[in-house]
Amino acid sequence: MPLGLLKYGLSSEHPAPRFFRDCTEPKKSYDAVIIGGGGHGLAAAYYLAKDYGITNVAVLEKGYIGGGNTGRNTTIVRSNYLTPEGVNFYDASVKIYEDLSEELDLNLFYSTRGHFTLAHTESAMRTMRWRAEVNKHVGVESYVVGPEEISKACPQLDISCSGQAPILGALYHAPGSVARHDAVAWGYAKEADRMGVEIFQMTEVTGIDTKGGKVVGVNTSKGYISTNRVLSAVAGFTPRITEMVDLQTPIVIHPLQACVSEPMKPWLDTILVSGSLHVYVSQSSRGELVMGSSLDPYEFHSTRSSLDFVEGLTTHITDMFPFLSNVKVVRQWGGMADITPDFAPIMGKTPLEGFYLDAGWGTWGFKATPISGKTMAETIAKDMAPDLIKSFRLSRFEDYELTGEKGAASVGH
Amino acid sequence: MKLLECPINGIRPISEFTYGGEYRNMPNPDTCSDSEWAAYVHYRNGAPGLKKEWWYHTPSGTWFIAERNTMTDKVNRTYLLGQEEAK
Repeated sequence: MPLGLLKYGLSSEHPAPRFFRDCTEPKKSYDAVIIGGGGHGLAAAYYLAKDYGITNVAVLEKGYIGGGNTGRNTTIVRSNYLTPEGVNFYDASVKIYEDLSEELDLNLFYSTRGHFTLAHTESAMRTMRWRAEVNKHVGVESYVVGPEEISKACPQLDISCSGQAPILGALYHAPGSVARHDAVAWGYAKEADRMGVEIFQMTEVTGIDTKGGKVVGVNTSKGYISTNRVLSAVAGFTPRITEMVDLQTPIVIHPLQACVSEPMKPWLDTILVSGSLHVYVSQSSRGELVMGSSLDPYEFHSTRSSLDFVEGLTTHITDMFPFLSNVKVVRQWGGMADITPDFAPIMGKTPLEGFYLDAGWGTWGFKATPISGKTMAETIAKDMAPDLIKSFRLSRFEDYELTGEKGAASVGH
Repeated sequence: MKLLECPINGIRPISEFTYGGEYRNMPNPDTCSDSEWAAYVHYRNGAPGLKKEWWYHTPSGTWFIAERNTMTDKVNRTYLLGQEEAK
């Protein structure tokens, strides 16, 4: 580091720029209150201000912004889903992501890598063909490739997977990308704050006040705030919020774990996913392999890590890349995933007037951050959900109109 | 949770067990409303707390009930369905 930089670091005349104001005391009332200062909540605040001029908004975060699932995912952005509704929705998200660094004036390290979903069985190949056809129909660049093309893109991959599960082909998805996840939260926070949104960290919502089937306010650890519009964007904490307003949902919480290896020279420039081996892996701009696996097998409200997870994951990753057996895992962590029966989110209005839900983001939330913020902002501003998220409404379960996306979940759950 | 007590086979490693979800009472399909039935099919009690759950000991094919706190992962007791009092 040049010594010249040090003098700025030690000088009070050149303080590090803050991304957003340090709000401590909430006002008595707001036009809208957003519970959850992750990517989704902050994006909703940003689009409320930008698209609809609603700036008298408070974002309440019980920890620190981006400290929940926004900072715990494996940062993959893709739109190669199974249903046309899902593909359209995630494609809209990818399109916003592509120009988001410029829009937020912050480098999100958005990096388009191409994304291979490996198939080791005939039935998996069938799902890949199905997804490829749906994607092409909607105009998303996905197609099925054979082992030769996979080898060409990633020569380090053992196509036979140590003889355990030979790769028959893959679904290739050209727009598949990675991004710096916490920067997405900071970028939205910075721009929302600049337009007047107030962000309160270390502020927990303890209750939601209703009157005659309408929201009238929220109780928080920093006092009562009156408002008639509340958005819940709290990922793994959703059941605790919906319990406050006696709202029934299908959401159950399972931990989802991930880990990173020690940094290496760049060698993996694509994103690889294997449903059968329960692995997804990409190499970060720091050189670490970012690796994730399937959900923990039973309901548990905790972000604890376990040895079982690393053992299972490394067994499979060394089937794919035997030479990684000497590489160390340096960090692991967990998040709480809010899982729905059809592996699609729950977004939009609820039977309680003024209470909006952005939930059920399970293992697919980060990639949807921009579009969920945009569509939830529209839902709040117009009190009507846009067509793009109609098939994700809460009432779909009572109507038996599920949006089956399990076949497009990154790994078999 | 690394170990779980099967009411038949005693304390066994958790890898021998499969989670079966929360124990729920089925409404009478002949008398309940459509929305009550849809709620039974889809909705779950997702909030953390002490729950009565189905667990399955895979090697012996034993379904049983475990009372587990889903916040702390502590199991209070396990028993075969209907034999709660005998335990």
